[in-house]
Amino acid sequence: MNTPILEMKNITKEFPGVKALSNVSFRVAEGEIHCLVGENGAGKSTLMKVLSGVYPHGSYDGSILFGGVEQKFSGISDSEKAGIAIIYQELALVPEMTVYENIFLGNEIKKGLAVDWNETIKRAGEVLKRVRLNVNPETRVKDLGVGKQQLVEIAKALSKDVKLLILDEPTAALNEDDSENLLNLLRELKDHGVTSILISHKLKEVIEIADSVTVLRDGRTICTLDAQKGEVSEGVLIKNMVGREINNIYPKRAKKELGEVVLEVRGWSAYNPILGRTILRDINFNVRRGEIVGIAGLMGSGRTELALSIFGNPIGYHIKGDVYVKGDKRQFHHPHDAIVAGIAYVTEDRKGNGLVLIQDVKQNITLANLRQISKRAVVDDNLEVQVANEFKSSLNIKTPTVEQKVMKLSGGNQQKVSVAKWLFVRPDVLILDEPTRGIDVGAKFEIYTIMNRLVSEGMSIIMISSELLEVLGMSDRVYIVSSGRIAGEMPIEEATQEKIMQMATN
Amino acid sequence: MSFFNDLQKVLRQNIREYGMFIALFLIMAIFTITTKGVFISSRNISNLLNQTGYIAVLAVGMTLVIVIRHIDLSVGFLAGFLGAIAAIALVSWGLPVYIVIPLVMALGAVAGCITAFPVAQLGIPSFVASLAGWLIYRGAILLVTLKTGTIIIPDAAFNAIGNGYIPDIPGLNFLPDVHKLTLLLGLVAIVFYIINEINSRKNKMAYNFEVLSPGVFALKLTFISILVALITWVLAGYNGLSWTVVIVLIVVGVYHFMTTQTVLGRHIYAMGGNPEAAQLSGINVKRLIYVVFGSMGMLSALSGILFASRLQSATTTAGTLFELDAIAAAYVGGVSAAGGVGKVTGSVIGALVMLSLTSGMNLMGIDISLQYIVRGAVLVAAVIFDVATRTSGK
Repeated sequence: MNTPILEMKNITKEFPGVKALSNVSFRVAEGEIHCLVGENGAGKSTLMKVLSGVYPHGSYDGSILFGGVEQKFSGISDSEKAGIAIIYQELALVPEMTVYENIFLGNEIKKGLAVDWNETIKRAGEVLKRVRLNVNPETRVKDLGVGKQQLVEIAKALSKDVKLLILDEPTAALNEDDSENLLNLLRELKDHGVTSILISHKLKEVIEIADSVTVLRDGRTICTLDAQKGEVSEGVLIKNMVGREINNIYPKRAKKELGEVVLEVRGWSAYNPILGRTILRDINFNVRRGEIVGIAGLMGSGRTELALSIFGNPIGYHIKGDVYVKGDKRQFHHPHDAIVAGIAYVTEDRKGNGLVLIQDVKQNITLANLRQISKRAVVDDNLEVQVANEFKSSLNIKTPTVEQKVMKLSGGNQQKVSVAKWLFVRPDVLILDEPTRGIDVGAKFEIYTIMNRLVSEGMSIIMISSELLEVLGMSDRVYIVSSGRIAGEMPIEEATQEKIMQMATN
Repeated sequence: MSFFNDLQKVLRQNIREYGMFIALFLIMAIFTITTKGVFISSRNISNLLNQTGYIAVLAVGMTLVIVIRHIDLSVGFLAGFLGAIAAIALVSWGLPVYIVIPLVMALGAVAGCITAFPVAQLGIPSFVASLAGWLIYRGAILLVTLKTGTIIIPDAAFNAIGNGYIPDIPGLNFLPDVHKLTLLLGLVAIVFYIINEINSRKNKMAYNFEVLSPGVFALKLTFISILVALITWVLAGYNGLSWTVVIVLIVVGVYHFMTTQTVLGRHIYAMGGNPEAAQLSGINVKRLIYVVFGSMGMLSALSGILFASRLQSATTTAGTLFELDAIAAAYVGGVSAAGGVGKVTGSVIGALVMLSLTSGMNLMGIDISLQYIVRGAVLVAAVIFDVATRTSGK
């Protein structure tokens, strides 16, 4: 067990002006599951890119030994040949192609000049069995859920006879069930001799699965912990990741004063005419002034559809039901109507439909409320910079200037820009969809602190989240969504992970 | 020393913006040498600008279309068709010019909205929708000119748009060969520009924002002033400002202001950058498609009027390939096919670059076959430059 399959020694990688990695050493034993943790920007992804040859030999200092041999990869194809496969957070599958086509994409089985499709399908079936994915290989990838797509990616890696599997935040987009499946699969692969490196922000699963953990911080190796010796615990990990102790990840509010009901939804149903399926069924919920309402539920349970349809953007669904804002019945035909009524929606996919990445921080912050900073439809540029700078300091957005393009910011800071954009609208109700997905512990804490400040100032927050601990830590009241219905509602005092999970999977 | 450091920094940060001007300057310099000065002569430059006019207005509209990630192929024959309608309105219906022009432009806006309808309501790709328009308007030109063939336009006021020049100030006897009003307008423009820049700088300083260092700022003012002065001087040497140039300047001015200063402009660029994010930010994306295609149609009408007026007639082939010239001008001018990026001023410079190439090579007597090849190469080079500076830039 103790022979290293991989040894990276004294890796230093510099970008113009930044030292992304300095003298990092990283050792993975054969047949183990090794977790790599650290805040965003700690250098995890850079290290993996060095390993997989995205940054070719010569562009970094230090040496890589894989299987006891020094390796000089000049590209991904070299590392693949050596038996290293990397699976990124953004899946690299072609949605319109079938499962078997995807598995053997770039690695086609040929008979003469033509592709041998029969053999391909047969081999795909075999490798799908290995990842315990029970789908027809001829299914199109777009028809599978994210969890299953992830398994197809792993099957693709296995089809190439992989020795070392690297997964970059594989469970970030998965619900608890699929995550559990994936972790079980990694354990099984381990029994068959496949070594895995897992990059994850979810410390719970790290603790659950890791044989050893390496913590990176600011481009340096902080420590490598051995799970068998009992060195791995949440406290230790967090302490090493942030370099300080966070006693409580969820800051407590000083006082809670709940006011009148601000937003109420009654009998809300949504029907998708294309799929011929009911997406949401008879949903009732409300939120009071100064309250954080958590909406828990698995991915695909209809949480995001619920938020989007209330926000006036039902993407072609037929909607039934009523929305009451401060007791008045309202109808939203377009997000604009919802914004005017005092509702803001911070999307779960900030890169996909939240931010305009090619525009700068200030333009993103003012986008939803340009009227506020314009006179007779002419934008006051100076006032805009001022507004943006105010948010930059009040939300602690780390950017050199507000003229920085949003695509250059880290995930946590992008999220703060998203939040700033909607705070500038001065809403009464702020809907946060997965507010802390893919951001590091420090930034999470800041987002939570901001949320607490907002509700203490009288705003109401609806927080949609698949992280149960977050729901339990932040909410005053929890609704559980399952298969498009409200499966239950409970005050936070009565809520436990087990209860929520039971209702969500019911 | 710090002056040069500042200057270097400003140049490096804005290489994309200034690159286009430098390219135009180089092309002009090269042709001036190869044609022994004929290229830069007042007469040729004046002609060049007038020829650019009808493509430039299309390029302005096309900029916005491409910024919102669409394309409009129908604009060339739409321009030709509306030019023919203008001719018919003047000749057969006997309507006066001041009614014909707004009428035709309104028709253009409606035509643009018709193209936009399947795009906005049904999500049909604009390439397909506007390709249909291309075919339909091509047929429409042939249809309306079926009996008459080429329609000669006898209306002097209408023809002045494409051929006439602004009048000179009467009663001034100094500098007999120079157009005094053009000079005066140039001077006014320079003064206005300087005052405007100084005010905006003061305003920024009042907010404690970063501004150009005084040295670089003075250099910028001097440079632009000399540039405007030179252009005015060259134009004043031959008949002065043409009505075409005046119209293009107004169009560019209005669109530049709209895209950079107004809420509408912001919404258009946000939609180009990320349509879903724009929609969720409360922006009515469908409406913007109508607005942008409507404006494109209106500018197509203007282009058609400029062209018909320049030829003093409406022909059966008017508008052929205008759309591709306009699209090329936009790409040369730095508009990104990925959406969300591009300036109307850039596209107009792009149009000037392309027309300068044609004009210069014509003067040199280069065969049309080679001209196409050179223009193609310049288009590719401009886009490569744009992509390279974008990925390496800030």
